[in-house]
Amino acid sequence: MDLAAVLTFEILNGVATLVLISVGLAIIFGMMRVINLAHGEFLMLGGYAAIVATNHGVNIWVAMLLVAPLVVGVIGVIAERLIIRVLYGRMIDTLLATWGLSLFFIGIVTTIFGNTVAGIGAPLGSLGVGRYTISLYRLVLIGIAAAILAVIFVALRRTRLGLIARGTMENPNMAAALGVSPPRVYATTFGVGAALTGLAGGLLAPISGVLPTVGAAYVAKAFITVISGGTAILAGTAAASSLFGSINQLLTYFTTPVIGEAGLLAAAILLLRALPHGITGKLFRGSL
Amino acid sequence: MLSVTDLHARYGRIPILNGIRLEVAAGEFVGVLGHNGMGKTTLLKALMGFVPAQRGRILFDGVDVTHEPPYARARRGLGYVPQGREIFPGLSVRDNLRMGFVGRGTEERVDAILQMFPRLIPLLDRRGGTLSGGEQQLLAIARCLAGHPKVILFDEPTEGIQPSIIEELVAVLRRLHRTEALTIVLVEQNLEFIAELAQRVLLIQKGAILRELEPEELRQAGVLSEFVGV
Repeated sequence: MDLAAVLTFEILNGVATLVLISVGLAIIFGMMRVINLAHGEFLMLGGYAAIVATNHGVNIWVAMLLVAPLVVGVIGVIAERLIIRVLYGRMIDTLLATWGLSLFFIGIVTTIFGNTVAGIGAPLGSLGVGRYTISLYRLVLIGIAAAILAVIFVALRRTRLGLIARGTMENPNMAAALGVSPPRVYATTFGVGAALTGLAGGLLAPISGVLPTVGAAYVAKAFITVISGGTAILAGTAAASSLFGSINQLLTYFTTPVIGEAGLLAAAILLLRALPHGITGKLFRGSL
Repeated sequence: MLSVTDLHARYGRIPILNGIRLEVAAGEFVGVLGHNGMGKTTLLKALMGFVPAQRGRILFDGVDVTHEPPYARARRGLGYVPQGREIFPGLSVRDNLRMGFVGRGTEERVDAILQMFPRLIPLLDRRGGTLSGGEQQLLAIARCLAGHPKVILFDEPTEGIQPSIIEELVAVLRRLHRTEALTIVLVEQNLEFIAELAQRVLLIQKGAILRELEPEELRQAGVLSEFVGV
């Protein structure tokens, strides 16, 4: 019984981690079709923002939940205005530009902080489950991941801005003919996606630590999750995260983390072979 | 209301509009007729700002909008119902209608709009992409009206539409013009449709306004074969 509870927790934790690292990319790639190769570095910047703020006396929750997304959101808006904006519709050029951006961020952060791991202690303690203990902080992360999906759903489905974003992503010219400014919508969407990625970076900093090249550890998993999820941003991210998170955590628990990662990759290859348009290309069609 | 002087526009190196001159007074219903490829659709796109003007000037309600982006022109009251309808396929009919006013910041008036388009009421929760061509056309018009436009530019609204809906379109456009006092510019190839509605008809050829006709003249075979190719 205790083992089942701990395994369930581990699986939920794996799913939550994938949701956190993927949801910003899902918004930027899913809604704008921009392949942001600097996604991992946005995570890294969120981690550093949280660490620097905490080290300067800011409350750790404020640092993770406010400072990190704010800093990366602003960086995202600036990057969209200066670089991405002129490259819409040019996928390869965007890919190269964001790769360059990622190298720039790695270089500048290495110059400032050095190539060493920085970290902050995870808040909260642990909870005993029979013979086992689970991290309360990781439990909170599961709740935050679920809350992020819920908030995005409500924002897209129920708010005026969500409607404008959905309409603009479907047909920017028609949206413009109805008085919507697509450049402003793109900048906002990119900023929100970047902010969510920064939030994830801040939240994961106490668990994994941060170094300038940490983005590489996240970016592949994030892309695999988003592409396997398919066109529906939320349903796709949730479904792919659930599938891959479960496989990864179960294999990791019973074997090793390396086999867990390999299992995730193998599952993604098999899934995309069977469902080339991702999970929501076949299932949950028409969902957000 | 709408004044166009010496408007030139091109796609790449290919000139499409070559010195268009156009005056549309408030409350007027003007038709534009011409062969395929003569610049009818490009004229409307240039008026909306989707095709940049290389030369010339567009005044809307006394304001020079020649270099304004489409969304700014829409906010000034320029409405557009494009060829092919351009319904948002993944949005519900209700959300398609809401898109008509959220962008322009006008008040929500879905219910008022639906009174003019009762056929859309049972379809409100259906996705726009699942509607028939005729239903999509009605939705496109309703969505445009939601933003309180002063002028509406219609691009071939009868294209691919079944005859029963075309009759409904005639009634809707006539009501918009007479009751709502809207200014309308209609690009069409359906001669009966344009003759039924327009107060005057402009013939466009090689990107320039060649001649102005009374709607009755559209029924003269010689005029039509010379300028329209029918």
